Amino acid sequence: MPIIATNKNGQSLLHIEGDMTIYTAADMKSELIAHMAQPCEREIDLSEVSEMDSAGLQILILAKREAEKHGTSMRLSGHSRAVLDVLDMCNLASYFGDPVVLSCNEKKGQ
Amino acid sequence: MSLDLDQALQTYIAEARELLQDMEDALLRLEADPNDADTIGAIFRAAHTIKGSAGLFGLDPIVSFTHIVEDVLDRVRDGDVVIEANLIAVLLESGDHMLHLVNVVAAQGGQLDAEAIARENGLRIRLQAYQASQDSSKVSHAVQVETETSFQSSGGGFVETDNWHISLRFGQNVMRDGMDPLSFIRYLSTLGEIVSITTMFDALPLADEMDAESCYLGFEIDFKSDADKATIAGVFEFAREGSLVHILPPHSKLTEYIELIRSLPESETRLGEILVATGALTQQELESGLSEQQTSARPDGSTTPLGEILVEQRSVEHEVVQAALDKQTQSKDSKNKESRYIRVQADKLDELINMVGELVIAGAGVSLLAQRVKDNPLQEAASVMSGLVEEIRDGALRLRMVPIGETFNRFQRVVRDVGRELGKDIELVITGADTELDKTVVEKIGDPLMHLVRNAMDHGIESASIRQEKGKPEKGTLRLNAFHDSGSIVIEIVDDGGGLNRDRILQKARDRGLIAPNVTPPDQEIYNMIFEAGFSTAEAITNLSGRGVGMDVVKRNIAALRGTVSLDSAVGQGTTVSIRLPLTLAIIDGFLVGVGKSSYIVPLDMVHECIELTENDRQATGERSYLNLRGEVLPFVMLREHFEIEGNGARRANVVVVSCAGQKAGLVVDELMGEFQTVIKPLGKIFSTLRGISGSTILGSGEVALILDVPSLVQQAVNRESQHVSTRQLTH
Repeated sequence: MPIIATNKNGQSLLHIEGDMTIYTAADMKSELIAHMAQPCEREIDLSEVSEMDSAGLQILILAKREAEKHGTSMRLSGHSRAVLDVLDMCNLASYFGDPVVLSCNEKKGQ
Repeated sequence: MSLDLDQALQTYIAEARELLQDMEDALLRLEADPNDADTIGAIFRAAHTIKGSAGLFGLDPIVSFTHIVEDVLDRVRDGDVVIEANLIAVLLESGDHMLHLVNVVAAQGGQLDAEAIARENGLRIRLQAYQASQDSSKVSHAVQVETETSFQSSGGGFVETDNWHISLRFGQNVMRDGMDPLSFIRYLSTLGEIVSITTMFDALPLADEMDAESCYLGFEIDFKSDADKATIAGVFEFAREGSLVHILPPHSKLTEYIELIRSLPESETRLGEILVATGALTQQELESGLSEQQTSARPDGSTTPLGEILVEQRSVEHEVVQAALDKQTQSKDSKNKESRYIRVQADKLDELINMVGELVIAGAGVSLLAQRVKDNPLQEAASVMSGLVEEIRDGALRLRMVPIGETFNRFQRVVRDVGRELGKDIELVITGADTELDKTVVEKIGDPLMHLVRNAMDHGIESASIRQEKGKPEKGTLRLNAFHDSGSIVIEIVDDGGGLNRDRILQKARDRGLIAPNVTPPDQEIYNMIFEAGFSTAEAITNLSGRGVGMDVVKRNIAALRGTVSLDSAVGQGTTVSIRLPLTLAIIDGFLVGVGKSSYIVPLDMVHECIELTENDRQATGERSYLNLRGEVLPFVMLREHFEIEGNGARRANVVVVSCAGQKAGLVVDELMGEFQTVIKPLGKIFSTLRGISGSTILGSGEVALILDVPSLVQQAVNRESQHVSTRQLTH
């Protein structure tokens, strides 16, 4: 599965790889929500997300809301170009409130 | 790939034609019941599907024209344009034009000729009248008009912003249907500048209840563009089912914004904030709008209760649910329909029937051999087999059978159009639509039927004023009826008009020398004179008929199908034209008879009985050609003489009594050989002028037998007999 979780100093780092689209949304949702239930700080690395559509976006919004509900935090980092495009288009960067930085890979690609 | 695409295109063409037919039927239904929402929906969907699929194949001329039609239909569906006769007329013509487009652009890959382009331009202008009237009616179609009026008095101000405001709430199934809401936004941004956008995800349920493949998103968009509303609405047209799309043009009324806020599922405060934040409304506008709403007294003095707002919101949801349900049942229906029918190429079917024909011939050969060797078990096996072959034959022929209803229904449109042209109110009544007949016959019967129907409407049914004078109902009735009758199908065209003028026909026939001046044939025969070439009794020649060409062509066309046509009329009460056609063109049950060494086949359905030719009668044949059949005059034909067969007659002769279209005649033959399944092989062109023979077949023994054309033989016998009678009358 494209989510790889590593634990660093009590902070969990979720690394999402591949597509976040309607085709992967169902699996992505159950996995991500399971992670959200853990009472810890977490960061989601989006640098390897190759494609994102509305379904993927919904999952991210859902995860953010779940985290808020559990009183924990969720940060997004390393937004790939695909993720950035979507967040830009929907004007949601401020909702997630994370510093948006292009990942190294993406920079090289340009 | 190109081959696959080609096949898909063929399917598209077939489907588009079906859809256009459905559309036409629905439009005609709509004329009777203009408020039938289901029918309007059906028409819209037909146009929508044709356009959508045409886009898939890049058939731009179809897309661009159908788009306008669809647009008008959408307005009709939303209740912004009222159904009236002119609109239906335009839509019917548009349907015709779409069919033309499909035929020319899709089927032939060609371009429209100048005439078609002129027609299209004319239609576009007429359709635009319906579009334009919508544009002037200022209301976004998603906003209920009824509540709008109650606000007009209170908050009539216009908002400052010159941006469009678009509210989207996507239906849950949008993504499952293969559409990504984001792609709509992306497309929208190509039409102008998205000034601000707010993503609404309030509808997103708790994690447990959320279905990752459902869409819960919505957008509030402020949009700067010079595009017109139709273009902007067009962006979201594929999402429209199950989704809420509200589009407010620049400088819309404040009340419309308030209305929008109320109709969206989110809370007023939240939406208000968003609208202010995005610059769609100023804080002031919002406050004044909302407060006006609260204080605006309703006619009965009460303020708008919150409950009503909720109900209203729910009613919106109800519609959404309804639409979703409709869609579901619809797709279920179409699935059922799909599983009930298989599209088979006509060639394959023809091939099958050809093979069955060969099987029948081979089977007959086996039976013959079995009889010859006189082996009982073999004969039994052969008879079981021929029974089965017969069933296979019937089954195979039934495959080609189609109900005639479809052909009949096409005349609804004709009757409507012609009636309008003639200024006559005529109703078409169809009965026996389930009667089945061979597909090739159905295809060929359309033209003659068309002519007869037009003729009946033009000359048969009188104008309303004359009808009133005669004490008939003002509305004329034209009846199309079909039924099976002894191996043939009878199609009747019945009108309740003035009937034929017997004397005028007789006069004309005499003038033209078709009937001798001092002979008065029976009425039936006089009426049938109108099927003679160049015969017209119409006083005025109209656009439609009356030029004297036509009825003879009708008769010829029907004769080419081995059918007959006859006419009956009662003055003041109407005319009935009966067309009698064989059920199939391929295989018949025949009755095998022998004359000398030759074999002939008489179609079994026409055989009434067989009697022996008595010695007395035989001697009398020299001077008269009729028999006494239980007190009835039975004209007969000696086949031996008719076909000039050499050799002396057999010791005993038999008479096969055949009947056709109410007339009986006898065929004198040597030998009766019994029933025989006959596969009709058409005769070559050289024999096309041959009278009395309609085809040939191959017997089990490999010999060729000719199939007798009974109607023409009967006619010949009857005519000769009446000539005899009349000449005898003259000599007296």
